[in-house]
Amino acid sequence: MKGWIGKLRPVFIFSVLTLFLAGCGEENLSALKPKGYGAELLLDLMVISIAIMLFVFVIVMAIYTFVLIRYRRKKGDEDYIPKQTEGNKSLEIIWTVIPILLLLILAVPTVQATFDLADEAPRSEEGSITIEVTGNQYWWHFNYPDQEVSTSQDLYIPTGERVYLDMTSSDVIHSFWVPSIAGKMDTNPGGNENTMYLEAYEEGVYWGHCAELCGESHSLMDFRVIAVSSEDYDQWISDMQNIDAEATPETQSAQDGKAAFENSCMGCHAIGNSPAGVGPNLSNFGNRTKIAGILDYNKENLVDWIMNPDEFKPGNKMQGYNVSEEEAQQIADYLMQLDHSEVTPESVSSSSEE
Amino acid sequence: MSHDDVLNPKQMPHDPEKATLEGKNKFIGFWMFLGGETVLFASLFGTYLALVRSTSGENTPEHLFGLELVFIMTMLLLTSSLTSVYAMYHMKNHDFKKMQLWLGITVLLGLGFLGCEIYEFYHYIHEYGFTFRSSAFGSAFYTLVGFHGGHVVFGLSWIVALMIRNQKRGLNLYNAPKFYIASLYWHFIDVVWVFIFTVVYLMGKVG
Amino acid sequence: MSNAIAQQRGLGAMIWDYITTVDHKKIAHLYLVSGGFFFLIGGLEAMIIRIQLMKPDNEFISAGLYNEMITMHGTTMIFLAAMPLIFALMNAVVPLQIGARDVAFPFLNSLGFWLFLFGGLLLNVSWFTGGAPDAGWTNYAPLSTTSAGHGVDYYVMGLQISGAGTLIGGINFLVTIINMRAPGMTYMRMPLFTWTTFITSVLILFAFPALTVGLFLMMFDRMFGSAFFDVTAGGNEIIWEHLFWIFGHPEVYILILPLFGAFSDIISTFSKKRLFGYSAMVFATVLIGFLGFMVWAHHMFTVGLGPIANSIFAVSTMAIAVPTGIKIFNWLFTMWGGSIKMSAAMLWSIAFIPSFTIGGMTGVMLASAAADYQYHDTYFVVGHFHYVIVGGVVFGIFAALHYWWPKMFGKVLNEKLGHLAFWPFFIGFHLTFFIQHFLGLMGMPRRYWTYFEGQSLATGNMISTVGAFLMAIGTLIFLYNIVYTAIKEPQASADPWDGRTLEWSIPSTPPFYNFKQTPLVRGLDPLWIEKMEGRKGVTPAEPLGDIHMPNASVLPFLMSLGLFIAGFGFIYQVDHNAWFIAVAVGMGLTLGSMLTRSLKDDLGYHIHKEDLVEKGDGK
Repeated sequence: MKGWIGKLRPVFIFSVLTLFLAGCGEENLSALKPKGYGAELLLDLMVISIAIMLFVFVIVMAIYTFVLIRYRRKKGDEDYIPKQTEGNKSLEIIWTVIPILLLLILAVPTVQATFDLADEAPRSEEGSITIEVTGNQYWWHFNYPDQEVSTSQDLYIPTGERVYLDMTSSDVIHSFWVPSIAGKMDTNPGGNENTMYLEAYEEGVYWGHCAELCGESHSLMDFRVIAVSSEDYDQWISDMQNIDAEATPETQSAQDGKAAFENSCMGCHAIGNSPAGVGPNLSNFGNRTKIAGILDYNKENLVDWIMNPDEFKPGNKMQGYNVSEEEAQQIADYLMQLDHSEVTPESVSSSSEE
Repeated sequence: MSHDDVLNPKQMPHDPEKATLEGKNKFIGFWMFLGGETVLFASLFGTYLALVRSTSGENTPEHLFGLELVFIMTMLLLTSSLTSVYAMYHMKNHDFKKMQLWLGITVLLGLGFLGCEIYEFYHYIHEYGFTFRSSAFGSAFYTLVGFHGGHVVFGLSWIVALMIRNQKRGLNLYNAPKFYIASLYWHFIDVVWVFIFTVVYLMGKVG
Repeated sequence: MSNAIAQQRGLGAMIWDYITTVDHKKIAHLYLVSGGFFFLIGGLEAMIIRIQLMKPDNEFISAGLYNEMITMHGTTMIFLAAMPLIFALMNAVVPLQIGARDVAFPFLNSLGFWLFLFGGLLLNVSWFTGGAPDAGWTNYAPLSTTSAGHGVDYYVMGLQISGAGTLIGGINFLVTIINMRAPGMTYMRMPLFTWTTFITSVLILFAFPALTVGLFLMMFDRMFGSAFFDVTAGGNEIIWEHLFWIFGHPEVYILILPLFGAFSDIISTFSKKRLFGYSAMVFATVLIGFLGFMVWAHHMFTVGLGPIANSIFAVSTMAIAVPTGIKIFNWLFTMWGGSIKMSAAMLWSIAFIPSFTIGGMTGVMLASAAADYQYHDTYFVVGHFHYVIVGGVVFGIFAALHYWWPKMFGKVLNEKLGHLAFWPFFIGFHLTFFIQHFLGLMGMPRRYWTYFEGQSLATGNMISTVGAFLMAIGTLIFLYNIVYTAIKEPQASADPWDGRTLEWSIPSTPPFYNFKQTPLVRGLDPLWIEKMEGRKGVTPAEPLGDIHMPNASVLPFLMSLGLFIAGFGFIYQVDHNAWFIAVAVGMGLTLGSMLTRSLKDDLGYHIHKEDLVEKGDGK
């Protein structure tokens, strides 16, 4: 539904406000440049509320300015004693009733949108996509239970379709937020599971944040939502399903890296379909564009990260393993060749720029 | 009013607890305090209700609670509330000795209640291994009932301290409000217990 | 006999006098000084935060220290700066406004202060003992229950102790206002500041116990192994959020309401007009207080309470805008037709109106539950609540201090310096916080230690930091003004502002018994009525007589000190059982002092009327 909220968009004040707000921020990060259903609905709601508020503000400021100019004490007026008015019933009624009406105008779309965003009915339909999201200090795990695919940090979704998220946390409370596609929802540990849905309009790579203070590296718990066409999505799923964790890498260094990885890293990290583990799933590490969600993707950074993760993400739980610099190089070689899919963040961003 | 008037037991009005400004302040202030205490216990009850199903093993409310002992405790505490009413009745009639007597009975009943509660906790811990740490339900149970128990201990100490302090000099306008609000506190403890009895024990046994 | 001791003039004697005082005016000084001290600490923390966020990828402080900074900034500003500064004003003014000689419970008043101070000190000791709390001022479980070190333990114990002090203070003001009003001072004749203090005290009474329980549960979980918030043992972390916000939302109104009252008094005085719509203002205050308890879950829209709960709390939150709007319009119409004098106090009050209106409007926007999925936990929220708390509470405190300074310290704060402090603060305030709304919507979550290049967040953050420095400059000028005034300004008259209420009918500073004769109140703005009828002062309600005064006591100090010591014991008994000795010593001191208080008669003393005549105005 776009409903009547969407229909308001051509109205002058709304279009001006929307235009003004759209000047703010990055395409793939700003809530003011919606690229998905939720974000668009919420921007409409924001614009309505801002319009109402501006209306009130203008009135208040008009009276305010008039009063301050007109009734400021002037020289010679020091002994003037103004009339001591007690009040005015009709005025009181006016400024009680009008705000109530204005708030009702805002309350109706608010309630509508709140229920709209909690609408789970289409979910029971055949073929709807469910993804389990698990927040962890300081990374995200994404599991596609029906497809038996898991990944971390990069969430692949098809465009033009609702994707339902079942959200929990493995440790403390986190909050899953992709401003340009939808609002946010907390991931709680224990039994308080939450749901929300994403519906992206355009292909693209969108920035995601953790929005609930979760510890030292809260600000570094970034992730990406990669919205691809539904064909690409199906391709990606099947690529992911066909990952062979046992496959032998081509280069010698990567082969050694595989051995070192199995020796030192497998206790926490998994390749292939896996439940949320202690560490991120690395099945498609070679397709990523960021290391640990924050570092530029290159071998040097990856080796630094493996050798010294706490320097980049203080308080993270990657510790208790012992690899040499050389092994780290080999592990990096191994991980970076885990690029099993043609569908990558880069392929998306190049196609969406056309 | 001079000090002599305040301390003179011969010039007692009918409501000695509210005869002075200080007394009135104490009276209203204490009612306010009880309002705050109500929120405190309401929060504890809310927490308890949220966690009552978070049991571990077989230590569920149905399994643990025995209504016989709790019924005796309820009777003890309800009676003690009544005896403290008698004490205040005698205070208004300026009969200090009888007031002390009834307060003494109140204290004994309160001690009886406390003894039962200690036995109950001891029983849970040693017979069932049900402790403060064994589950979220355990934490919530001991915190709610324990906070009440703590109030009983404080209330008893308070009443006893007042009784001993004023044993020799009798009732006057300075200590009458103190006795009165101590008894108010005691009633409040009693009311909270009625809720604990209902919400924790009865509903635990039935629900 | 506090006055006699004070006249010995020795520094030691003065300190002893302040430690033992039960005089509400001196307790106001204590609240002001300690609240001001914590305000500066909280401000320093804010500056460090803004320096860290000045540019992308900044590493001015580490991520861990940053979390400690934001936690302590929030906790300090709310609990240790705003609350005591408000209590300073309430103590200094309310008894005078209702024509009382003291508060209802002078002893408890002193206890409330010392509990607050020792709680605040305990919290800040954490900086020196291995790290301050770092789970945010909201201290959500399980981040807080699993936070390493003792930081969060300090949070729990510090707030528990200072919270007890606040609760006691609230009860004290309730009873004072109910029982101690001068003859003729009916409820509907009370000045707005007294009214808002009254409603605030009700809120304190019903809100703080929820925090008390939350803190107890947190303490049990962290120190004694219980499982309230431990999901592995069946606990539920959302309970903390509910308890915290059942307290936390009324807390916001606890902070702002007294200053609504102060603004009402100030705007009326400097417009030379009776407050427009007095009964509507009172009604709006009561309504805000009532609704304040119905809206806590709007802080939890993204927790997953479901669309029904979210919608209910959204609408109830929006409803609060109505009484707030009533207030704004009544202030405007108080000035309408008046004769507005632009004193420093009035300047802060006038600046408050648009600032708070913006804060209120973003509040309504936040109330829109669905839209809050975007705003929640972003800089939009940070912008919003600073507009309310700085634009409302801090502006209010500055206004009220300028207004009542002569009554508290006998001198009018220098007006020129007052204006000079205002402008950088005011401009800096808008620079700092207005842009933050946009930063939030552009994708910057709150409590972020850093942000990256290429996110278009750098310019906004830079502007915000520049604004923060301007605010710091304004604050420093205000501090300079205090020193300057103390040295250079002349003694103030009893009524420097052409005031309307009772506090201006007695000397600045008032004698320690406040009113030689209890005044007779004949209407709203009693002093104004008398002045309009050509009288100089307020008609007394009683002949000159003996005045009964309470005795000073060191027990409140000792009780609080005991809890302070016991607090350390509780925090460190986790490491070693020997710390239970500290618990025993501290609790022994506290309970022993309580027993002493209960058993030892304290009847106060009388000032004889002959002495009153001799002393004249009691100077």
